[in-house]
Amino acid sequence: MKQPIIMTDGNEATASVAHRSNEVIAIYPITPSSGMGEFSDEWSAKGKKNLWGTTPLVIEMQSEGGAAGAVHGALQTGALTTTFTASQGLLLMIPNMYKIAGELTSTVFHVAARAIASHALSIYGDHQDVMAVRQTGWALLSSGSVQEAQDFAAISQAATLKSRVPFIHFFDGFRTSHEVTKIFQLTDEELRLMLDDDLVRAHRARGLTPENPVLRGTAQNPDVYFQMREASNNYYTATPAIVQEMMDKFAQITGRHYNLFDYSGHADAERVIIIMGSGGEVVDETVDYLAKKGEKVGCLRVRLYRPFSIEYFIKGLPKSVKSLAVLDRTKEPGANGEPMYLDIVNALMEGKRADIKVIGGRYGLSSKEFTPAMAKAVLDEMSKPEPKNHFTVGINDDVSHTSLEVDSSFTLESEGMVSCVFFGLGSDGTVGANKNSIKIIGEETSNFAQGYFYYDSKKSGTVTISHLRFGPQAIRAPYLIEANQATFVACHQYAFLERVDMLKYAKEGAIFLLNSLYGPEEIWAELPQEVQKDILQKKLKFYVINGYDVAEKTGMGGRMNTIMQTAFFAISGILPRDAAIAEIKHAIEKSYGKRGEAVVKQNFEAVDATIANLYEVKVPAEINSVTTRRLPVPKEAPEFVRDVLGQIIDSDGDNIPVSAFPVDGTFPTGTTQWEKRNLALEIPVWDADLCIQCGKCVMVCPHAVIRHKVYDEKLVAGALETFKHTPSKFKEFSSGFAYTVQVAPEDCTGCTLCVEVCPVKDKRAVGRKAINMEPQPALREAEAKNWDFFMSIPDMDRKLFNPSTIKNSQLLRPLFEFSGACAGCGETPYVKLVSQLFGDRSVIANATGCSSIYGGNLPTTPWAKNADGRGPAWSNSLFEDNAEFGLGMRLTIDKQTEYARELLKSFEQTLSTELVEAILNADQSDETGIGAQRERVVELKDKLSKSSDTRAKDLISLADNLVKKSVWIIGGDGWAYDIGYGGLDHVMASGRNVNILVLDTEVYSNTGGQSSKSTPRAAVAKFAMSGKSLPKKDLGLIAMSYGYVYVARVAMGANDQQTLRALIEAEAYDGPSIVIAYSPCIAHGYDLSKSLEQSKLAVQSGHWPMYRYDPRLAIQGQNPLVIESKEPSIPVSQYAYNETRYRMLTQMNEGRAEELMKEAQHDAKARWTLYQQMASMHYGNGNEETKS
Amino acid sequence: MTDLSTTYLGLNLKNPLVASASPISKNIDKARKLEEAGVSAIVMYSLFEEQIIHESLELDHFLTRGTDSFAEALTYLPDGGMYSIGAEKYINQVAGLKKALTIPVIGSLNGVSKGGWTKYARQIQDAGADALELNLYYIPTDIDLTAQELENAQVELVAEVKSAISIPLAVKLSPFVTALPNFARRIVEAGADGLVLFNRFYQPDFDLEELAIVHSLDLSTSTELRLPLRWISILHGKVNADFALTSGVHTATDVLKAMMSGAKVAMMASNLLHNGDQVIPSMLNELSWWMESHEYESIKQMQGSMSQKSVREPAAFERANYMKVLGSWRDLP
Repeated sequence: MKQPIIMTDGNEATASVAHRSNEVIAIYPITPSSGMGEFSDEWSAKGKKNLWGTTPLVIEMQSEGGAAGAVHGALQTGALTTTFTASQGLLLMIPNMYKIAGELTSTVFHVAARAIASHALSIYGDHQDVMAVRQTGWALLSSGSVQEAQDFAAISQAATLKSRVPFIHFFDGFRTSHEVTKIFQLTDEELRLMLDDDLVRAHRARGLTPENPVLRGTAQNPDVYFQMREASNNYYTATPAIVQEMMDKFAQITGRHYNLFDYSGHADAERVIIIMGSGGEVVDETVDYLAKKGEKVGCLRVRLYRPFSIEYFIKGLPKSVKSLAVLDRTKEPGANGEPMYLDIVNALMEGKRADIKVIGGRYGLSSKEFTPAMAKAVLDEMSKPEPKNHFTVGINDDVSHTSLEVDSSFTLESEGMVSCVFFGLGSDGTVGANKNSIKIIGEETSNFAQGYFYYDSKKSGTVTISHLRFGPQAIRAPYLIEANQATFVACHQYAFLERVDMLKYAKEGAIFLLNSLYGPEEIWAELPQEVQKDILQKKLKFYVINGYDVAEKTGMGGRMNTIMQTAFFAISGILPRDAAIAEIKHAIEKSYGKRGEAVVKQNFEAVDATIANLYEVKVPAEINSVTTRRLPVPKEAPEFVRDVLGQIIDSDGDNIPVSAFPVDGTFPTGTTQWEKRNLALEIPVWDADLCIQCGKCVMVCPHAVIRHKVYDEKLVAGALETFKHTPSKFKEFSSGFAYTVQVAPEDCTGCTLCVEVCPVKDKRAVGRKAINMEPQPALREAEAKNWDFFMSIPDMDRKLFNPSTIKNSQLLRPLFEFSGACAGCGETPYVKLVSQLFGDRSVIANATGCSSIYGGNLPTTPWAKNADGRGPAWSNSLFEDNAEFGLGMRLTIDKQTEYARELLKSFEQTLSTELVEAILNADQSDETGIGAQRERVVELKDKLSKSSDTRAKDLISLADNLVKKSVWIIGGDGWAYDIGYGGLDHVMASGRNVNILVLDTEVYSNTGGQSSKSTPRAAVAKFAMSGKSLPKKDLGLIAMSYGYVYVARVAMGANDQQTLRALIEAEAYDGPSIVIAYSPCIAHGYDLSKSLEQSKLAVQSGHWPMYRYDPRLAIQGQNPLVIESKEPSIPVSQYAYNETRYRMLTQMNEGRAEELMKEAQHDAKARWTLYQQMASMHYGNGNEETKS
Repeated sequence: MTDLSTTYLGLNLKNPLVASASPISKNIDKARKLEEAGVSAIVMYSLFEEQIIHESLELDHFLTRGTDSFAEALTYLPDGGMYSIGAEKYINQVAGLKKALTIPVIGSLNGVSKGGWTKYARQIQDAGADALELNLYYIPTDIDLTAQELENAQVELVAEVKSAISIPLAVKLSPFVTALPNFARRIVEAGADGLVLFNRFYQPDFDLEELAIVHSLDLSTSTELRLPLRWISILHGKVNADFALTSGVHTATDVLKAMMSGAKVAMMASNLLHNGDQVIPSMLNELSWWMESHEYESIKQMQGSMSQKSVREPAAFERANYMKVLGSWRDLP
């Protein structure tokens, strides 16, 4: 049977088997497994059938816990059922996993194995999650490559049906789930042969049915529980042989043979590494290389980790083995060793091979690189008389000295292998082009090919690095291309030259392709010295193309993908030039054809224009540049920022030793200010003459890069000539005060929202505003100095003004600045406003999601401090528990405040009664009151500091609680509407004084746009590919039903004043409050610079009614609900069809789009009518007489 | 019994009242009602090539934007569908209207690229359109572009489209042409079977409070009839084409005037958009009544009867009205 060869990644390869071999699929997005769910949903939406000719039913649940429950139910009623997950998701499934195993139920969960959040979250791959379920009674089958991921998906499905033991089939997150490589595709016929219909029917027959009723899920007592726990033992005993049987059967069908323990290396090996997952590929390759040189080394790859078969394990080991090193990709603090190590120690004992020495070590946590040099370091360690046990490899542990020395010059070079590294900007399409390129090479040539893609952690201005390998021999290199190994290095963004050391990858004689603003004659003098040096020393062939010019002329805008891809093929000579161009064009048609001819034509034009603009540079013999590469952070940055965070910014985090890091995951705030990213091509420039000083530009800026200040006009004296200022128009500060709007030129992303919001129009040319965009480079230096001067001007004293107007509120210093959020992000203006209003006394619980990533992903954090050193204290616990996490913070504050007050009262005699009374009875309802209380607390501490009384020491440690604190619980709709809703509900019901801010993007933004219960009807999202058929959940209405929760629904773009008022009221309310904030998002599919206008349309159409519900009004006998938007005045479609998420449905299925839009219109009208009725109800204050 | 029939572009029509290009033809049920109400043919809304290009690039932009930038969100929108972008929707509508209606269906096309004009013209023909109207909608803003260059390009375009199709071709003209008769003749010589006078353009307005440019569609009034009325009168008999008068047709009287100027059909949109299809039967009744009361036998009889070549004072079409009042005289014996 001919086996098709395809280029694919681990997620797609696995999902393909899972989708074909199941009936029900319950999913929930979590990186890096989301792709499997997305593929399944897409295939089912298109009506793709499973092996038995019916389309699997795919359902998105509210959490992984929910998915596991739904899977359990579907399995119990006899459906072939699966799910996909990773990390915390798998942990949430544990309770159901015990049940499913206890009931001996056939199923396979496919897991893209990922790190667990401990001191920090990480989305990257290791085995911490799967190791955390090894005790649940599930079989664990490990695949180590994309080919294996597909094959083991089939083997595990066949094995579970026969063994009745449920299976976790796992592979390494990102490294395998996201690697694009060439595999033999499993055909329907082959898969069909693997699965026995009798076993499928037997599974079905075990399903619950009233036709043949039985009972499962009983409760048992001490008399019998234990016995029943032992009753299924034989099934586990039988499972290893069943898996091997299925592996043998698979080999007969496909020719690819696997074993429970696969050995490779020297036949008489004495030193053997034991390993699972993709690391096995590395060790395999390394031992093969060394064995050929005569070294007696080997690798035993563990495929079936649970049930662990000692018999098969001993059989798998060469008899000659003298020592073993067990590599675990996990960490169990406090254990005697990592789990697989302990299993092997035990297996050797029970398997009567206790003569073999064994050591264990950790490697590869959170996708840390694991290379042949590291594998060799382990083998070398084994040769030592006293090898290190419980070692680590791949890091420099200078604290507990666990790490092995690695000789990084040891590399494995496969003959004919070509290695290429491409540096791009996220938005320039480099990764997409390289995915296309590697597919072309893999599918159109006889080469084996591999593509792996690295991203930094920003959402705007991301640096991407594409690692492509291809060659005549199979590629078994699940690690990045190493230094001095690349035969081709391409820089797709000219600006990277000054900040990224990309030529460290280049091998001698390699090709360097630069997207250059300068031609072949001029470029040399423009290169930094380091680049010139590398080109000369490594004897690189140097090519330039002005891709920017080609892109502009062909209408490609900022997208370099097609241009640089064409240049790559033209220079590299992988294919004859004409053939390469034909293939690129074919790929363009395939990728973009369904989006219309115009897209194809535009890309074709870019291809054709590329060759004519591509030049080889005649490299001069000398280094003559006057410029050098920029430091990652300025010299004046604090030591930790400079020495640790700076090294991370400089893409050198791998080389930071353990000792440099905090032991408990605690980091300083206010660090984004040191990471100057210079992303914007154009930045806003203030026109002091036109400005009316309204502050709207400051309010709307998602990145806090535009600010205004009112200050003593005498301070201007120290300014540069280019520093702009004008007399203040603030009524509180009218005489003797100057006013400035200042932009941080190196932090701006160029989103233009400030220009859009500016209400001023020049009477001489209405297109000109008081803020206008101008090219950044010419302004950068002077404005950077002006920014520094501006920041040196003291902030206006908070006590001197009322922040309830927009302009006044924006005098408050943002304590959330320069985040890595998307340009034009709709969430961050709300977060920033909270930081301004309450940040100096806030504790923030942040749900996992976009806001936790732009808020807390290393290297830097936007959460900042004011001049007094105060600012938000921020933490992220999990995705699902954020409301409870925030409530816990409130409880501590409440308890400790109560205790502090109790202690304070006890000091009434010794301290001044007046001070104690003043503190206890302080009015802290405004900034003046809070400021005064702070001063009293300082005085209190001062007085207490002289006391040796332990109660005094306690009171000093608690006294800060006497100043009013503000607890904010922040997260997105995925958290608030779905996974965290249960907790959110309980926290609202608790009546405690917490403030909940829901950044409602109506979709799971952080994981790539999956539908949530907030997604509106008629919008397309992942997991709702054919348009969401049900309306958005009305979270505000549910919250209002408590009657004692302050609720507001706001849209800053539509009415900034209402947003400001709602946040101030919510915080002031001494009880639970929830503010649901309309947050434009890149996932909506429109130009976010138009988000203000679009927000207005959302409100005008009734899609997003704005209101405040204040329980305090009800107490006064007034209706608590105040609707602040007008009756819908435009159709919902007028708002909706500005956004791709709605519009694309009209292009995919016009009839359905019309039908759903009609219903969405009805939703808006019905909601409006209901709110109107609620708002017009008569409220008594409870004192009225009841009429009978 | 009066004979209301006419011919236009070689099509035999039961009366001269044709529905001109408007969104009504996007809805087959509404188009069917127009037919039932009595219009003799329907000109479809325009297929705008520029819009097709825009939709395609827009979809691509927003499906691509932000992709492959962040490890957790390699895309933000699902992209699994086949998108109905391009002429497909329009072509399907041509076929749908042809299937639903018995009256002739005339396609309308506004292109931007040479290839686009001919490709879409052929597709509209292949979908069953009885004729094609080219909508030469172009606002020249380039100061270097001369009238000659623009006219040459448009004449060339008409010739190319004509050579690509076999159904009759009409060309809808702009009134803003320096020497309209010459241009009209060149268009006809290039292959146009009919001329539609005139295109009405969206005219931007200013919002003085917002200091913003606003776009709104103002429906026509009967006073706008006069511009095409004059020009058809002038061109009738001089240029060998079927004329359609559009802009300002609201009443039976307007239709009569159009016919007398030399038009073969009078096209109406604003009145239909404003008042619905119920205006048609009364207009047709009034038309018959007027003809009967004035003893006209047929529409054909009156077509061109008041064109420039048919009136006693041809110069009336060449002068402005005030000239006629102030400057006319006759020698007394």
